[in-house]
Amino acid sequence: MSVAELPRRHYLNANYNIWSWLLTTDHKRIAILYMISLTLFFFVGGAAAILFRLELMTPQGDLLISETYNRLFTLHGVVMVFFFLIPSIPAVLGNFLVPMMIGARDMAFPRLNLLSWYLFMAGGILAIAAIVGGGVDTGWTFYTPYSTTYANSQVMAMAMGIFVAGFSSILTGMNFIVTTHTMRAPGMTWFRLPLFVWSHYATAVIMVLGTPVLAISLALIALERGLGVGIFDPKLGGDPLLFQHLFWFYSHPAVYIMVLPSMAVVSEIVPCFARKRIFGYSFIAFSSVAIAVLSFLVWGHHMFVSGQSVFAGMVFSFLSMLVAIPSAVKVFNWTATLHKGSISLETPMLYALGFIGLFTLGGLTGLFLATLAVDLHVHDTYFIVAHFHYIMVGGAVMGYLGGVHYWWPKMTGRLYPEWWGRVSAVVVFVGFNLTFFPQFVLGYLGMPRRYHVYPDEFQVLNVMSSAGASILGLGYLIPLVYLLWSLKYGKAAGPNPWNAKGVEWQTPSPPPTLNFDETPVVTEEAYAYPPLDESSAEGEPLEPVAN
Amino acid sequence: MDTSFRLFPEQASTAAEQVDRLYVFLLGVASFFTLLIFLLIVYFVIKYRHGARADRSQVSGNRYWILEITWSLIPLGLTMIMFGWGADLFFKVHQPPPDCIEINVLAKQWMWKIQHADGKQEINSLHIPVGKPVKLRMISQDVIHSFFVPSFRVKQDVLPGRYTTIWFQPTKTGRYHLFCAEYCGTSHSRMTGEIVVQQPAEYAQWLRGASSESPEAAGESLYDQFRCGTCHNNPTNPRCPPLDGIFGRMVRLEDGSTLQADEAYLRESILDPTAQVVAGYKPVMPTYKGQIGEEEVFQLIAYLKSLQPPQQRTPKSGPPPFETPNDTDQQP
Amino acid sequence: MNTHLAHHFDDADQQFDAARLGMWIFLATEIMFFGGMFVGYTIYRVNYPQAFAVGSSHLQLVAGTVNTAVLLLSSFTMALAVRCSQTNRRTGTVFLLAITLLLGVVFLGIKGFEYTEKFATHHVPGESFSLSEPHSSPVDPQHVELFFSFYFAMTGFHALHMIIGVALVTIAATQAWKKCFSAEYYTPVEITGLYWHFVDIVWVFLFPLLYLIR
Repeated sequence: MSVAELPRRHYLNANYNIWSWLLTTDHKRIAILYMISLTLFFFVGGAAAILFRLELMTPQGDLLISETYNRLFTLHGVVMVFFFLIPSIPAVLGNFLVPMMIGARDMAFPRLNLLSWYLFMAGGILAIAAIVGGGVDTGWTFYTPYSTTYANSQVMAMAMGIFVAGFSSILTGMNFIVTTHTMRAPGMTWFRLPLFVWSHYATAVIMVLGTPVLAISLALIALERGLGVGIFDPKLGGDPLLFQHLFWFYSHPAVYIMVLPSMAVVSEIVPCFARKRIFGYSFIAFSSVAIAVLSFLVWGHHMFVSGQSVFAGMVFSFLSMLVAIPSAVKVFNWTATLHKGSISLETPMLYALGFIGLFTLGGLTGLFLATLAVDLHVHDTYFIVAHFHYIMVGGAVMGYLGGVHYWWPKMTGRLYPEWWGRVSAVVVFVGFNLTFFPQFVLGYLGMPRRYHVYPDEFQVLNVMSSAGASILGLGYLIPLVYLLWSLKYGKAAGPNPWNAKGVEWQTPSPPPTLNFDETPVVTEEAYAYPPLDESSAEGEPLEPVAN
Repeated sequence: MDTSFRLFPEQASTAAEQVDRLYVFLLGVASFFTLLIFLLIVYFVIKYRHGARADRSQVSGNRYWILEITWSLIPLGLTMIMFGWGADLFFKVHQPPPDCIEINVLAKQWMWKIQHADGKQEINSLHIPVGKPVKLRMISQDVIHSFFVPSFRVKQDVLPGRYTTIWFQPTKTGRYHLFCAEYCGTSHSRMTGEIVVQQPAEYAQWLRGASSESPEAAGESLYDQFRCGTCHNNPTNPRCPPLDGIFGRMVRLEDGSTLQADEAYLRESILDPTAQVVAGYKPVMPTYKGQIGEEEVFQLIAYLKSLQPPQQRTPKSGPPPFETPNDTDQQP
Repeated sequence: MNTHLAHHFDDADQQFDAARLGMWIFLATEIMFFGGMFVGYTIYRVNYPQAFAVGSSHLQLVAGTVNTAVLLLSSFTMALAVRCSQTNRRTGTVFLLAITLLLGVVFLGIKGFEYTEKFATHHVPGESFSLSEPHSSPVDPQHVELFFSFYFAMTGFHALHMIIGVALVTIAATQAWKKCFSAEYYTPVEITGLYWHFVDIVWVFLFPLLYLIR
């Protein structure tokens, strides 16, 4: 690779004034703002996890009292779900890349985009205030009537924080949809869109249609606590299950808000490092849409033991099973993309392959939970904890880290030390499996989730899990260090360090404020990597194939 | 209780073995596909690594459609097996056999109060005989709890304001964990207990020992204390339906519908008497919500259940309030 | 007209399409927001039909009807205002927006009057809730309290939307007064109009559900 240099003028050095950041309407700068705030939230949530994993090393509950323990797992859940995972890839990578990938100069509504960051921060500050002002002990699910009547903690502030942050999510989703519809560059037809954009479009639909339902449920909880409006109060004849229905109507699709964008990232990385067109483009694209649609029809599988009718349970079980098909289609297509490729294992590719493995296991264990009779046993145990961490951490966080590594040269113009990148990917993968695989066993043995003290026979597996958590924590610290290091000392990346296809790689890194010096015109499909047969100029001489 | 380290929980109920069989099937499917994907990735990464000599000629034609359809249909088929098998078993687990031992369970922050049919009460432990189906009728006094016995592979949320039921048939004597599985506040993890499964003889002996007042007797004194009889036991003044033999009868309501007077209906009629009024009567009964706790409701219901059907006794005026199930068949 | 074109759009049409699509998506969000409450209301209404009828009979049907008329009229003036701005009639736009604004404020005033009355008669859910029903009434007062919980939550969120709407109309009217709009650029009036009609439609559903079905 020839020695690259950073462009003289780009979006990062366009202006150094603090207000040029705080009042920016540049989608790339807003993405950076999000990245910084999300990293902070991630380490707050992670610290809570480390603390309670430490506590769970012994069965007696001797490190923390149960009030503290309950506040810690609530903090971990709320912060990780609402203030890290849901915004993670859409608000950072999506914000940065969707306009660039479709050849636009910005999002359709740049000021709303900035507003969404402010709403996110306002929600985050309310949440932090709730934590500092006494904490919340309801769990991130806020089940009534515990949250409305019995919890003696800052539920109001936390609910309002999530309510406000929800609007940030709605505005981001709205921006993605409108941007994809109206801002595409000449020649960028729907079926030339990178799969990243397709997935974000599907995600945006969920954000726009799901989030308001969560917002109203939490607002009603706040009204009930604050003003005595008793819609969920069983003493007045209110139905506590109504809250669960409303909550999961959003919070199950929210899982796909977390994982669809990760799939988006993987769909970009895999073809790039296999140097090959993605296999089954339209199947992957439509499976994203199918997942988004199905996601709204399966919320009841969180309620198989809640007392909802047996018939409802069967319907929800059936529909939940169907989600397996688009998910399986994606996994098989990614694997097929590797077939006859020319594969190199750079850091983003390691993360992406890690994602595929962990998501496969996470998705398959989801079938255990959708199977009614088995769910009777594993519901609300560590099995479910392990399952959703395979999806959310093994899936969403691996995808996020893979994406950050893949586009880091584009965002900053610098390369990170590749060797350290590979080390971090391996450490995260190993640490993750050590932490969460034992929890599957623990769950089937019957250890309930959210337990502060537990019977002695569960200790061995808990110690394994806690040991894994320390490795996982270390794995997350390594990238933090070398990525920050690379900002100053990293080699200049050049416009296209991975030799990737895609409009975003055709502009300098970091890009100019308006993304492209001139509006790109798209003339080919996404992932148009040159063929890899004997005639390939790029590849090494190959043995003649015997026909 | 067996507290040694293990990877698989004990099987101690009729459901446990069936659930485990399904679980093993799922485990097989999950392991197969995880390994398949894992091995394929490793194989491709090695065979087609950058710089390696390999045949990279692309196949053209419709082969990829066949592939896509195959790997959509195989998961569809497998998940439908899972669905059918799981739903069938789930349905069975929700159908208690008719001859169950019935026990009332009251959950509250943070304990399980168990009330046996003959008045024996226990807290955070439940004694049952081996080999007999047991049905629990559960209600919570405050927040949502969940009754979970891992060795039986059963779980059911316990709700405030509504009865839920669960049944199981233990197959092995011993002591088993009882957990609260739905987060219920500060001492959630201490809301645990044990299920003691005994030989029938042992169990009978346990039942005999130091029994407190039977729930029927307690219910009867509540019935007197709240003067329920003033209206309900007054054949000359039929303001209220008589309650003899009420339990299990079909009841005709104001709006013309009929329902069976089960525990849930009796509970509702005490706490919210105007919700479903028997046809021909005025909604004059005051509510006892707030005056009677869930435990007392259990006792009142036990008393009502003990009342024998009337012998040829119908009110002089007013429509007959109850019909046997057979009667209702002829009604539209 | 080019002064209104943001740097990242190619032309005014693209900008207008984006704004209108954005507003429609936002309204979809709003439908889901109110939808949650409508679902809850429906379930409880099926569970406690008599109590909800009793609760409904305590609402002031006249005030509700007048408010419905006021809102429908305001939607009409709003539609005319959008038409005026499309056809470049500035005075008409300003005048009609002002009428819409006035009607919005009247609606809120009547709503405020109804709320005050509810406070005075202790029909507001909470500790002080009481229902002065004759003893023979076949309903549980707590279920009526549930009805009022829904009444206040639903009309309260609707009123909040009305307040935001009034603010938006005020801004649009001021901008129209300052000659910011023309037949080529009237996007703010258009999307304010969409929003206003949506809030109106929500009321059209709330009114029969809360006041009429007894």
